Formats: sequence, C-alpha cells, structure tokens
Amino acid sequence: MTRVILQRLLQGLLVLFVLATLTFFLVRALPYGPFQDERAVPSHVRERLEQLHGYDKPLVVQYAMRLGNLARGELGTSLKVMEGREVTAILAQAFPVSLALGLMAMLIAVPVGVAAGVIAAVRRNRVVDYAVMAVALLGICLPNFVIGPVLAELFGRRLAWFPVSGWEPRDLSFMILPAVTLGLGSAAYLSRLTRTGMVEVLHQDFIRTARAKGQRESWVVLRHALRGGLIPPVAYLGPAFAATVSGSVVVESIFQVPGIGRLFIKAIETSDEALIMGPVLIYGSLIVVANFLADLVQLWLNPRLRSNS
Amino acid sequence: MTRPFSDPSVSGAARSGVADDGGRSLWSDAVSRLRRNRAAMWSCTFLTIVVLLCFIVPFFPIIQDPAVQDLSGRNASPSAGHWMGTDHLGRDLLARVLHGGRISILVGLVTTLVSLTIGVCIGAVAGYAGGRIDALLMRVVDVLYSLPFLIIVILFSALAKSHTERLTDGITALTGWNRDAVAPFTGLLPLFVAIGALSWLNLSRIVRASVQDLAGREFVEAARSLGLPHHRILFHHILPNAVGPIVVYATLTIPGVMLFEATLSFLGMGVQPPYSSWGVLIKDGADRMLSNSLLLVFPSILFVLTLLSLNFLGDGLRDALDPKSSRD
Repeated sequence: MTRVILQRLLQGLLVLFVLATLTFFLVRALPYGPFQDERAVPSHVRERLEQLHGYDKPLVVQYAMRLGNLARGELGTSLKVMEGREVTAILAQAFPVSLALGLMAMLIAVPVGVAAGVIAAVRRNRVVDYAVMAVALLGICLPNFVIGPVLAELFGRRLAWFPVSGWEPRDLSFMILPAVTLGLGSAAYLSRLTRTGMVEVLHQDFIRTARAKGQRESWVVLRHALRGGLIPPVAYLGPAFAATVSGSVVVESIFQVPGIGRLFIKAIETSDEALIMGPVLIYGSLIVVANFLADLVQLWLNPRLRSNS
Repeated sequence: MTRPFSDPSVSGAARSGVADDGGRSLWSDAVSRLRRNRAAMWSCTFLTIVVLLCFIVPFFPIIQDPAVQDLSGRNASPSAGHWMGTDHLGRDLLARVLHGGRISILVGLVTTLVSLTIGVCIGAVAGYAGGRIDALLMRVVDVLYSLPFLIIVILFSALAKSHTERLTDGITALTGWNRDAVAPFTGLLPLFVAIGALSWLNLSRIVRASVQDLAGREFVEAARSLGLPHHRILFHHILPNAVGPIVVYATLTIPGVMLFEATLSFLGMGVQPPYSSWGVLIKDGADRMLSNSLLLVFPSILFVLTLLSLNFLGDGLRDALDPKSSRD
C-alpha cells in the first residue's frame, strides 16, 4: 500500500518534470521571443534585457536554471502579458477562479452522470435507457464551444436568468453557465461508464441473492450494486477531471472568466515563457493529484485491488 | 476460444478477398452483423453523403465560390440562390460549410492515420517484445497519458504554426512545385503533427493487449518454430489478426481528432485563413450569433451529426467484429 503510494508520487514528479522540460523547449523554439515588440526595440536595450533575464546564456544553462528555480517554487516574472509581475502573484489571483469553476463543473457532472447511468442500467433496453444514452452520446459529440454560446444566448440574454459573461468573486450566478458547459461532456461519459458497470454488476449472483431475500429493489440497487457499479466511472474520474481542467481553456475564453486558461492563451500568443509555464504546471499537478485520488477511491471500492498491491 | 480475427486462416481469406469454402467466414459474419445494425448503417449512409458533398459537389458550378463576397446581400436568409443564406460578408454559407467540411474531414482522416501508425508500432513492439522494452514503453505511455492533452497540443501547434512559412519555402525550393499547391498542405501540417503525435496513446494500449494475447497462440508458436524472423512474425502473422480492434479504435479516434481540430480552430490556433474548417465557421457563427444565428446553427448541426455518425459506426463495428465485448 505505502509502496503503491510512493510509486505514484514518484510518477507524478516525473510527469511534472517531463511537462516542464517539454514546455521550456517548445516555448524557446518559438521564433518570436519575449523582447520582440511591434515597435522595434533598440538593439542595446534588447541586449540589456536579455542579459537581465539570463537569455544570453546557452540554452542548456538556462534550462538548468529554470528547473532549479521551479524546484524552489519560483515561477519567475511575466515579461509580456503583465509586464514585470511575479507569476506566482498572478496565479494566486487566477487559480482560485479556475479551481472553483472546475470543482463546480465536477460537482454538477458527477451526480448527474452517475444518476443517469444508474437509471439507464436499471431500465435497461427500455425507452428511458435509450433516451438517456442518446442524450449522453449527444453530450459527448456536442463540443463545449457550441454549448457555451447557445447557453449564454438562451439563459443569459433571452431568459436573463444568469449573467452572460464575466466573473464576480463569491457570486455563484456567474459560475453556473460556464460550469454547466464545462461539466456536460464529463457527465455524458460518466453516465455511459456507470451504465456499463451497473449492468455488469446487476447480472451477478449476489444481486440475485439479495433479491431472493426479498429486499426492496431500490435497496438492492443502491446498497449492493452501486458500489461495484461505480468502479468503471471512478477509474475515469482522473481523466474526467483532466478533461474538465483542460476544457476550462475554451470555456474561460467563451465566458470571459479571468482564470488561468485565459492567461495561458494570452501568454501563448505573446510567447511569455514564465506565464506559459505556470498554468501548464498547475494543470499538470491538478491531473496528477486527481489521478492519485481516483486511485485511492478505487482501492477503497475494490478490495480485490488491495490484496494484489 | 473462438474470438473473431484470432484465426489466421480467416484473415488470410479476407485479405485475398476469397471467402472460405463451405460455411461463412468470420468477416462476412461481421459484415452481416453490421448490416443488421440500423444506427450504424444510417451513419454510414450519412457519412458517405457528407463526404461526397464536401469533396465532389464544390467542383460543380451550382455551388458558389466560398470566397466571393456580396456586400449588398449580407446576412441573407436562406433562399433559392443561397440555400443556407449568406454570412456577414455576403458569402454563400452552403459553399463555406462544404469547403470547411473538406478541411475538417481531411484533418480527421490524415491525423488518425498518423496516430494509427505511431500507436500500432509502439503497441505492437511493446506487446511482442515484453520484458523491459514493454515496461519502458508503457511507462512512457503512462506519463504522456497524465499530461494535459489540450494544453500540449496548443503549445505544439503554436510552434508548428510559426514554422509554416519556412517549411513552405523549403518544400518549394526542394521540389520546384508551385508554392500555391504546397501552401494548403503545409498550413495543415501543424495540426496533423500536433494532434497525431499525442492521440495514439489509447490505440497503443489496445494494440499491445491484443498482440500480447495473440503472441501466445499456437500459430505464432508454429511460425516461430519455422525460424521466421521477428518482424515477419509480428507484421505478417500477428498484426493481421489484430485488425479488428485496430479498425474499431481508429474509427473512434476520428471524431475525437476532429473535435480537437475544431477546438484549436475555435481558439484561433488551428486552421488559418484563407482556409476554414467547421471549427472556424462555428467560431465565426458564435461571434455573430445575435445578428444571424444561422451562421452558428448550420455548421454546428453538420459537425455534430458527423461526429455522432462516426461514433455510431465505431460502436457498430465493435459489436460486429467482437460480439463478446458488446455493451450488454
């Protein structure tokens, strides 16, 4: 058990290392640097700037310095989008917004997806099942950049239930539309997986035994079947959270949410290396943590995994 | 164990196009199972129509040039002259949707081919070699799997995009081809590379699993005892029998890839003007939803229906080729 956890943590560190390396070299391979402007910068000014930020040293040395700084938790300064500000400070403002949005999306996606899957499995091959699965497939195929504008139009402008775009801290109403847009895809996947898991479990002997004991069907489904049926969707929770987190890049630019996704897009457009690295590493760590938690929940749900490890 | 595509004689017959004498081959069984699947057949028909429309019809004069602007007839409603109306610059929407579809479908197919090639090679080698090579390759896959996919693709395509000009110049200089003929291809190359380089992970896992399964069979042992070299055993004996799952997951990869292309294009990092794709059209439509909602509706409907059909077809193929793994 401890070994598995240690192994996972090591792998997580490896993932972050690969991510930092990949990002560093990809950004450095971009032909336009942070000191290029629409206005021509005088060459001596540029040289001074490059010297100041260490851009005059060989690439490998810069890479080593960057990794060293990252290991110490220093993300550097934004050179372009928010000139001269510490990336840590920028992220301290933007990250809570993205995190709240992502958690809200999962909070919507997981109950909706699981409930839909359970209902479909219980009513297998009936109209309800087909309807739920059709909606789920539609949810997978409808991209969030189609759903987002439509929701904004319908509930934002026409019905005026929620604000069309923007963000106010501590105001839930701004969060609803982006979170629903973000969570819909994951809810659809989760419902399909839950249905598959539940259908399989409902066929097994111990369910027949439970029914034979005369227990109510709802008790059989919720108390006996659900635990086993949840194994496939829980295995998918890590990737689902990853997809949600990455999807926030799109949703944040649709709804003008000031999170790290929008920062990331702006930073890419200006190849602002420090400000690209920050969000990328946050996305990476979120995924690592989510996968780790999903593994733990899986161990708890499935005793068979425990004995093997 | 009578799973389809595990019997060498069957795939041999399928490859040469001859059905086994007496009795039906497993492939013709699969075809007839697919035929009975109504959703899959409708999807197949729809996809054929869309592909024909996008790739052939734009050459007929009934469809206008998607680039011709008619500023006096902006945002027109559908009419006999413009079946889907016109956009904010007076361009015929139908023509734009068909031309955009051509790019979207092309990106979907070529990128899937890229990811298929990488995925099959890595998966096959890992599954066949086993031991340390397998462990190493699968650790690499595990690590790549934990990366934020969309983020990396955006980075990749930003990089590839910035080198497009130079690449076009290079190819033109090297081959002496017309620059205008090379440019559309190099313009899309960043997408093929960026998405293809990262979308093979699932495929490699599936190929690895089936190769591992097949490598222990008697016919492989027979091939080995004949002293055949490894590459021949792998590519001539094992892989042809793994074609079923590969076809299924390749089909299911196409819609995913098309979705990625559209997402990138929506963010302004995918297909670049003067070319457009469904993603670009959806972005244009979303920006002008208030003045003319049809600009969003038509491209979205066609895009979503295409993705749905590909999913239905993929599910149908899975049920047909491997009845055991079907949903119920």
